[in-house]
Amino acid sequence: MRAPLSWLKDYVDITLPVDELEEKLTLAGLEVANVEYIGVRPPESVRRRKQMKADEVITGNGHIVWERDKIFVGQIVESRKHPNADRLILATVDYGAGEPMTIITGAPNLKPGDSGQKVAFATLGSVLIDPYADHFKTMRLKSGKIRGIRSEGMACSEKELGISEEHEGIIILPDDAPVGAPLADYLGDVVFDIDITPNMIRIASIIGVAREVAAITGAALHAPLPTWQTQAPPASDYCDIEIVDDDLCYRFTATIIRDVQVKPSPFWMQHRLKLLGQRPISNLVDITNYVMFEWGKPLHAFDYDRLRERARSIGKDKVKIIVRRAEEGERFTTLDNVERTLDHDVLMICDEVGPVGIGGVMGGLETEISDTTTTVLLESASFNFINIRQTSRKFKLPSEAAYRFSRGVPSELDPIGNIRGAQLMADLGGGDIASGIVEDYPRPQTMVEVPVTARDVERWLGIALSQDEIVAILQRLEFETRVEGETIWATAPWYRLDVNITADVLEEIARIYGYDNIPITMLSDELPPQRHNWQLELEEHLRDILTGAGLQETINYTLTTVANHAKLYPDQPELAPTADQFITLANPLSSERVVMRRSLIVSALENLRRNLRYQDRLATFELGLIYIPEEGDGELPAEQRRLSIAMTGPRDPGGWLGGDPEPMDFFDLKGVIEVMLERLNAGPATYEPADMPYCGPRCARVLVDGEAIGVFGELHPRVRQAYDLPDRPVVVADLDTDALLPYFRQKTHLRPFSDFPPVKEDIALIVDEDIPAGRVEALIRQTGGPMLIDVRLFDLYRGKSIPIGKKSLAYSLTFQSPTKTLSDKDTAKFRRKIVGRLSREIGAQLREG
Amino acid sequence: MDDLNQLQEQIKLELIAARDPEALEQWRIKYLGRKGLMNNLFRGLGSMLVEDRAARGKALNQFRQMVQEAFEERQQALKEAQLQAELAAEGVDVTLPGRRPQLGHIHPISRTLRDIYRVFSNMGFQIYTARDVETDEVNFQLLNFPKGHPAREMQDTFHTTVPDILLRTHTSPGQIRAMRDYHPEPIRVILPGKCYRYEQVTARSEMMFYQVEGLAVGRHITFADLKGTLVAFANQLFGEGRKLRFRCSHFPFTEPSAEVDIDCISCGGKGCRLCKYTGWLEILGCGMVHPNVLRNGGYDPDIYSGYAFGMGPERIAMLLHNVDDIRYFYANDARFLPQFA
Ligand SMILES: [Zn+2]
Repeated sequence: MRAPLSWLKDYVDITLPVDELEEKLTLAGLEVANVEYIGVRPPESVRRRKQMKADEVITGNGHIVWERDKIFVGQIVESRKHPNADRLILATVDYGAGEPMTIITGAPNLKPGDSGQKVAFATLGSVLIDPYADHFKTMRLKSGKIRGIRSEGMACSEKELGISEEHEGIIILPDDAPVGAPLADYLGDVVFDIDITPNMIRIASIIGVAREVAAITGAALHAPLPTWQTQAPPASDYCDIEIVDDDLCYRFTATIIRDVQVKPSPFWMQHRLKLLGQRPISNLVDITNYVMFEWGKPLHAFDYDRLRERARSIGKDKVKIIVRRAEEGERFTTLDNVERTLDHDVLMICDEVGPVGIGGVMGGLETEISDTTTTVLLESASFNFINIRQTSRKFKLPSEAAYRFSRGVPSELDPIGNIRGAQLMADLGGGDIASGIVEDYPRPQTMVEVPVTARDVERWLGIALSQDEIVAILQRLEFETRVEGETIWATAPWYRLDVNITADVLEEIARIYGYDNIPITMLSDELPPQRHNWQLELEEHLRDILTGAGLQETINYTLTTVANHAKLYPDQPELAPTADQFITLANPLSSERVVMRRSLIVSALENLRRNLRYQDRLATFELGLIYIPEEGDGELPAEQRRLSIAMTGPRDPGGWLGGDPEPMDFFDLKGVIEVMLERLNAGPATYEPADMPYCGPRCARVLVDGEAIGVFGELHPRVRQAYDLPDRPVVVADLDTDALLPYFRQKTHLRPFSDFPPVKEDIALIVDEDIPAGRVEALIRQTGGPMLIDVRLFDLYRGKSIPIGKKSLAYSLTFQSPTKTLSDKDTAKFRRKIVGRLSREIGAQLREG
Repeated sequence: MDDLNQLQEQIKLELIAARDPEALEQWRIKYLGRKGLMNNLFRGLGSMLVEDRAARGKALNQFRQMVQEAFEERQQALKEAQLQAELAAEGVDVTLPGRRPQLGHIHPISRTLRDIYRVFSNMGFQIYTARDVETDEVNFQLLNFPKGHPAREMQDTFHTTVPDILLRTHTSPGQIRAMRDYHPEPIRVILPGKCYRYEQVTARSEMMFYQVEGLAVGRHITFADLKGTLVAFANQLFGEGRKLRFRCSHFPFTEPSAEVDIDCISCGGKGCRLCKYTGWLEILGCGMVHPNVLRNGGYDPDIYSGYAFGMGPERIAMLLHNVDDIRYFYANDARFLPQFA
């Protein structure tokens, strides 16, 4: 909402400096998004914050300062044709000091022979806006000869002064403009641009803002309700009104204004509308807009004669307005000349012939006012705001009127708008007003009386106010109050629809008391029972472990595509999740983000592809959710926590000390997982071959205590291709963090350790190729007993001296006794036992030499 | 005894000439070895007259001791010299790069969340995680946004193909879920999570972003407590001495509502580009939990009151780390992420 200071001052005494008022409005919930300084210099505090130089004339938003000693209200003394140029006019201007100055102008609104017009006169040296530049640019007015005659100043257009984009002619000021006054004093202004929160639609008007200024600053408000005097025949002779669907239209009022003359509205009205960013059109149209901005009441003007013709066409003499829902499929042409198909949810303003307007949204073409209109039926009505919103969206017809109606306009405002509009039409259009208002008001606006006590204020806001103080605050806001014992019964003024419960009143008290004046206290309430969030604690711990292992954390979009999931199933497309197995957006923003992911691997691979353009080594992880509809509660999908890891590129890019350029593979990832599980104290972990559609043959399932917690492996080459990844190993893991939860919470039990020296013993075994190393190690550990404290595989060998179909596994075993130093005899015994068992159970042979 | 004096000179000169362990060993063999000069001199004693023998023997013993000491001294000196030479050879250019283990980094948003958790944990708040895919009822209706309410326009929504199932537009539905889980206990929780808005992605707005919501419900919780909590938070996260400004605002699920600014961390309030020359930076929204919301969560608003606040960790991270484009966070660019230590 744009609110010019000059206009606000019509209704409220403003003595505060502009910057202080801006701050007060903002703190009270009228967020001032911007302040425009038109012709006047911003206050000191603003100039300092914006680091403006002392003589800066640009005030921002396309505005400039009109220097008080250079730009004045002037008056044309005489004007005549330029002797050497047909289309130029030579005029002399009196600006209240010294001799009148000669100016040369080509403005179409000044003709030879004109005199007496008041103009905005800029003397030489004035800074103005260059109207011909294609972007904002200032110029300093210099003396110059045009066709032999020297110009001594300029009569300015609005564009040159930064008032509007208008540059067709020069500004002609009202006749009562004081000649010689600095223009900044006469026309300079400050416009507040205020953001309106949805509950504050009452400030979508100048009077609405003025009421707030009065309440916030304590200044007096003078915005009397408009009245009229008329002797004309009653409006009820002209029309009847019937609201059929009173769930959508609460009140409909109409006035009739006869014998109006359509012409441009006066300077003051045009100027105010321009300050609000509106283009003046004609007095009748401008008046409906003006009343909307002044009081917040949208009006609609019908050409009464058109309505009358329609009535006569069906043999009726009197117009009857009927407010009803549209028929399904009914057609109607709005005043933008678009034929629209209606449905039963659209509220129509009709006569007995058919629709003449979409209620609250747009009028019809046929009954629209025009230059030849002489009698106006002025509508002021109030509607169901939700319904107006739907209709305005349905037809994509946003407007200032629909904006206000779709947030709720009080019915009590309907006659006020009508009286004010009719009064202005009579004043500015020369018409006269039929007496009385015709209306149907089936659902009178209800006034809620809300109880509030000093205890409520203390309990909710933490401030101690007396009953009198509370009443005083509410009265500043024009509430009616009634005290009954402890309780204050508060009724909001008629223009507020947003106060219905005690908390609403408490907010008003806090707002006027000032949020800044509320004390700062620490919670003194009872501390709630303290609980762990194990899942979050586990994830935080995993972040530390995995970053410690050299992995970068990523957070990816959870939205992706079905096709990206399908890429994970190169050989078995039939296994890929189908479109109906996803949470799918009904209104996606882009074709890349349509469904909620069912796999973190998809995100990880998309991320690798993007980053491999800049970097050849990537090791990342993500802790996030996947969304599985079929495992949900029937209404909402299951949201499962997962951990993904992805690694590709050289193991150690190295440097001058050497490195390891070999690509990271299955065992690099397995190492990370082993370390991770160890640090989580989750064990014992076992690994078994797995067969995942997106992996090649190197693929494993990891189990903890026999429970599967996830899979990992090297990506299938065709998946790499599908994701546009380079032709080299990529390893990925998909782990279920929920499954890790029980182990994370497991306590550590200290194992005793010995002070006697450990003894190392190497053992190399030849076993069948298909015996997994994990089995061999498990057997060694079982057989070795408690003295065997460590088993480490240090060599895997195939080839010379090993028979085909066999492999050699070499282990370093560490024995230690808690009670004595082990002798060679002891270790030889252990060794014999182990070799014997391995030989019996898996046919292992000791490798000699 | 002159012969010994002469000999002494010669031996010492030769000893000085032995500059490495090999030369020293040669010298030792020559003079102190089994067949060396010293033993030869002692053998000479046998052919001497008995009366001369004692004096000569004593002199020889002294001589041998002197030679032995000189040898040991020289040996020690050579060892020391060798050690010094070896140490000198081992010096390195300390400016050469070290052997680095691979480095990983926590995502800047995870870090910011951690910082926020830590501050609120100290005030007795616990982390409560709620779901991403929500119902219209919990995301909107129970939070006082009835269908068709104008406040819904502020939160453009991603709807799913299932009617009334949507991606949560804010973390506030977690308020309802936490209250329904915990009532009638008092509550102090922090609700972090991803949120989604149907908004064009620009440098300033993302379709997916995080929010952190705070909720406290109890029998004696006031707006003054809300101010106290947030002042404590801002001072811990943004540094001591921060000024806070509470502006009246509107959220359907709180009453009264406020938006909170801190004095600009870049210019200290003097006015700069970051704060758009206002001196203030908006960091969060807050208010007293609306009675309808308390009731929807299972708490009687005549007995209980509560406050809620919400903030964007991206915004906070952007302010703290000079990030000027929100899109960096979820693009996971390998040039961006590792910058956050
Ligand atoms: Zn700043």
